[in-house]
Amino acid sequence: MAATRKSLVVFLPLVGFLVMSWFLYKGLFLDPREVPSPLINKPAPDFRLESLASPERMVDRREMLGKVWLLNTWASWCVACREEHPVLVEFARTATIPIVGLNYKDTRADGMRWLTEFGNPYVDSAFDQAGRVGIDYGVYAVPETFLIDKQGVIRFKQIGPVTPELLHDTLVPLIQRLNA
Amino acid sequence: MWESTPGTGHRADGRRGFGRLSGRAAALLLGALLVAGGAVAGEAPEVGDNPAAERHMMQLASELRCLQCQNQTLADSNAPLAVDLRQEIRELLAKGQSDQQIKEYLGARYGDFVFYRPPVQSNTLLLWFGPAIVLVGGLAALYVTLRRRLARLEAEGVTSDLSDAEARRAQQLLDEDSGESSLS
Repeated sequence: MAATRKSLVVFLPLVGFLVMSWFLYKGLFLDPREVPSPLINKPAPDFRLESLASPERMVDRREMLGKVWLLNTWASWCVACREEHPVLVEFARTATIPIVGLNYKDTRADGMRWLTEFGNPYVDSAFDQAGRVGIDYGVYAVPETFLIDKQGVIRFKQIGPVTPELLHDTLVPLIQRLNA
Repeated sequence: MWESTPGTGHRADGRRGFGRLSGRAAALLLGALLVAGGAVAGEAPEVGDNPAAERHMMQLASELRCLQCQNQTLADSNAPLAVDLRQEIRELLAKGQSDQQIKEYLGARYGDFVFYRPPVQSNTLLLWFGPAIVLVGGLAALYVTLRRRLARLEAEGVTSDLSDAEARRAQQLLDEDSGESSLS
């Protein structure tokens, strides 16, 4: 009896080592840039901003109530946005839900030129030149995309470019569920 | 340093290996130039009319993480987002908000990750108290092990690990002059 216990105790350091290795191994595949947002399942912060296209038109979050929609932060200076953009354009062509742009810390001229050049998947883009709305949404690296439900609650946040895989595997099923 | 252009966004997954490398080299070069330029020109100070309020803001910002360049505090970083958030803190302080309220404001937007000193809550208990638990556990294990060994030795009536012959030999070695080799 004592002997069995002793032999088990001998393995304790090995077990400790394996547990630690497992954590370190898992750590290899974590992206520290993907910080979980505290805004998931919280009401999307209100905003009312001028449209990128025209200072006379306002983009108001409250107008989106009753719809499932995507809020996509983008900027003409953002390299990863350029990669994401064709995916959004394609999605907008077939999608059943509106995509609202949040043009983040950009200039009107650059933003409009970008949309002319690469296509415009947005029903409208809010012009957040100061980045204040970005702060309210916890934006820290463009592009970021929020899926917001009919009650105006944030259901999903993508940090980094939206990919066809993400759309197909995650967003579309989620949108279908929220629209049901 | 080279985050001084608005944000770097997300890099493309390393598909363009060569392009990325040369891009990085260019960024390094640019960074070096900026550092050199900054040394000559001196950096323009941010707006802050009241030195006491400015110190208060920096002290608060030094406890908060910049999410754009994650190993820097909001006080250290020159990333555009950090500059914006310092301004935000400045304005909130001017409105008379407490440190606690400002931390809650940022925590609500960016999550607990912004706190260099994480709050004590259910999912950080292990982080806060784990080391103490391991230390106490280790000391307890050491104590128990030593007590058991002592009890076993006493039960066997052994006062020394050496046999009589070994003890005599040891004493003999100790008595010898230190310079000589005892094993010859």
